[in-house]
Amino acid sequence: MTSNERLALVRAGLSARHRREKRFRFYGIAAIVLALGFVAMLFAMILSRGLPAFTQATFSLDVHFDPAIVKVDKKPVRSSEQSPAEYAKEISAWERKVTMVNWNKVIEAAVRNAAPETTANSREILSIVETNARFELRDMFVADPALLGKTVPVRMLASANADNWLKGNIDRSLPDAQQQLRDPARALADQLMAEGKIRNAFAWHIFTNVDSRSAPASAGLAGAFVGSLYMILVVIVLAVPIGVMSAVYLEEFAPKNRFTDLIEVNINNLAAVPSIVFGLLGAAVFINYFRLPLSAPLAGGLVLTLMTLPTVIIATRSALRAVPPSLRQAALGLGASKTQTVFHHVLPVTYPGILTATIIGVAQALGETAPLLLIGMNAFVAQVPATPLDQSSALPVQIFLWQGNENRNFFEARTSAAIIVLLGLMLTLNAIAIFLRSKLEKRA
Amino acid sequence: MTRYFLAATVATAAVAASLGAAQAQSRDIIQIAGSSTVLPFSSIVAEEFGQAFPEFKTPIVGSGGTGGGLRQFCAGVGENTIDIANASRRIRAGEVEACNTAGVNKILEVQIGYDGIVFASSAQRADFAIEPVHVFKAIAAQVAVDGKLVDNPYKKWNEIDASLPDQPIALAIPASNHGTREVFQERVIAEGAKAADLPELSKEELEKVTTSFRQDVVVEIAGDYTETLARLQSNQDTIGVFGLSFYDQNRDTLKVATVSGVTPSLETVAAGEYPVSRPLFFYVKGEHIDVVPGIAEFVEFYLSDQMAGLGGTLEAAGLIPAPAEEIAEVLANFQEGKVITVDDVK
Repeated sequence: MTSNERLALVRAGLSARHRREKRFRFYGIAAIVLALGFVAMLFAMILSRGLPAFTQATFSLDVHFDPAIVKVDKKPVRSSEQSPAEYAKEISAWERKVTMVNWNKVIEAAVRNAAPETTANSREILSIVETNARFELRDMFVADPALLGKTVPVRMLASANADNWLKGNIDRSLPDAQQQLRDPARALADQLMAEGKIRNAFAWHIFTNVDSRSAPASAGLAGAFVGSLYMILVVIVLAVPIGVMSAVYLEEFAPKNRFTDLIEVNINNLAAVPSIVFGLLGAAVFINYFRLPLSAPLAGGLVLTLMTLPTVIIATRSALRAVPPSLRQAALGLGASKTQTVFHHVLPVTYPGILTATIIGVAQALGETAPLLLIGMNAFVAQVPATPLDQSSALPVQIFLWQGNENRNFFEARTSAAIIVLLGLMLTLNAIAIFLRSKLEKRA
Repeated sequence: MTRYFLAATVATAAVAASLGAAQAQSRDIIQIAGSSTVLPFSSIVAEEFGQAFPEFKTPIVGSGGTGGGLRQFCAGVGENTIDIANASRRIRAGEVEACNTAGVNKILEVQIGYDGIVFASSAQRADFAIEPVHVFKAIAAQVAVDGKLVDNPYKKWNEIDASLPDQPIALAIPASNHGTREVFQERVIAEGAKAADLPELSKEELEKVTTSFRQDVVVEIAGDYTETLARLQSNQDTIGVFGLSFYDQNRDTLKVATVSGVTPSLETVAAGEYPVSRPLFFYVKGEHIDVVPGIAEFVEFYLSDQMAGLGGTLEAAGLIPAPAEEIAEVLANFQEGKVITVDDVK
């Protein structure tokens, strides 16, 4: 074969090779576009569904604390001979009386005052105001009994059904039998909206209120948020030191033998164990054996710690392995002990790696739902947990619960709103991780 | 560096110590679990209870189905067992036995009202006027043709009865962890089997015929009604079994079938005209009363006129209130501490 012939052979194959190259690149780009397309679709769907839930139909009404309806004695004043306990008892008796006041009548009067010519009856009027409004008025009155006889502007949430109607979440052309609100109530809501007495206001209560079933429009994420926060704290406090310590020992101190190999294989296996298995384990060990309270963030955090540990150990070990041996040799050569070498020279270099692993592990734990269902964290909890031992919900579980709520028209949007909050939290965590990592890397 | 690790170790030790402390801490919050049908009602009462009684904490309401709730309830007496089990059917003798074995001897029964079970389909589809026998013929693995048991041949509803629409048979029914399933079994399938011209069968054979369902057209839903609703949305031909209150909240997407000519509603169920209805219950662990604060007050509040009574909050949420005398009797039984024994539920 002459060189010319060889050249011709290469040339003949060249265009095919170029085509193959191009094809491969095209496949690559197509894969990325497809993946991004799915992500974009997901985000577009969640955002388009969830964002409307951040504004909610809200009444701005002048509420008259009519002495004819609010018939209670003056708030007791502590006399000098009364003990604090007696006074507290008297106050709570007074508050009970205030609670028993027919606040719905006060609300009805306020709505009638705003729309005097309405044909809606009491029931229909109250059907467009959220049921917790009466407790809000009560709380206002308890805080300031001087309101009696006064007229003050009050913001009250519209009921979930009224919100659905005003936002068009429920088909407005459906006949009366298929509507949740009766015709006069719908007309009243439309009229108040047109007159500006109902406005779409930003729903701050999504962040400040706890979950609610009796007043679904006022349901919020505060309890679930704090519950998740406690669980993350437990995970960080337990998983990071335990995980880093095990990794350091296994990588730097432990002898290399069959036993440590076995441990390594098992840690790798643990990382692949489905989270639900950890949930079952947690229910058996923490709830049934250690008798931790059901639905407590501490129990949830412990389960999630078990789940996060392998991630932290594996990532820390690989970070330690990446540290050049010259660093260790230099430290040992200068007379540092093994422990000094590890803690003064090797470990600080791995901080960015450990940090990334921690954040990834925590983010994973934050979004975990299945194991929490098994330790009773899917209960309905209407309080913000004060300590990690109090019952609470968690953000992903709250999403699961809202997804299952029977008022589909209202909670579909609420569910997406909760997803947005959870995603926001995740993005924040990741942003912090990236920021810290770049800062630590610069220092190292 | 060592300082940080020292701090971390101390923090770890602190968490470990709180593990021990948790055991000693006593619970001051009522814990409820069980039927997902009763859950919305109990949650509403729990919230209102927390508002009306500031001295008690708002009870925690978990789900898990009637069976799951009663299993937790019967796990024993103590801090980390629940106080109240919600149930959409009556407790079974076996469950009472399990309770007694675990040391739960004071089981107090509280009936809160009634619920209807409805057959609903997509609002865009044809109306259904069904009889129990139609459902039996649609669902049973074996039906009678010419006096003999054969594998179910029906593909469409109008093959069962000419009055039914020309629509493929597809059903989503609650799985056996739901109390709803038992009522469905008793009031619909067992009733339907009686009218299905079955050949002479022994008791065991009849039991088998009424409990083995076709796998191709029947989906058993272990989750909530929203899961059933999702089935209906993905296959518009499906007929789903729902609680009346769930249907009521989703009237815009669902259409309800009449059963034996009666449209399910608050009125027809309360009057006893609608055939597929059932009482709803919760069970209170007598041993926990006065140990966990507020249980007696919670039960009394639950049964009060403003909650479970006629025109009360729960009626607005879809519970069908029991007559006032019935509620008064239930409350009296509770206050007397009338305990449910195996003999009561045999």
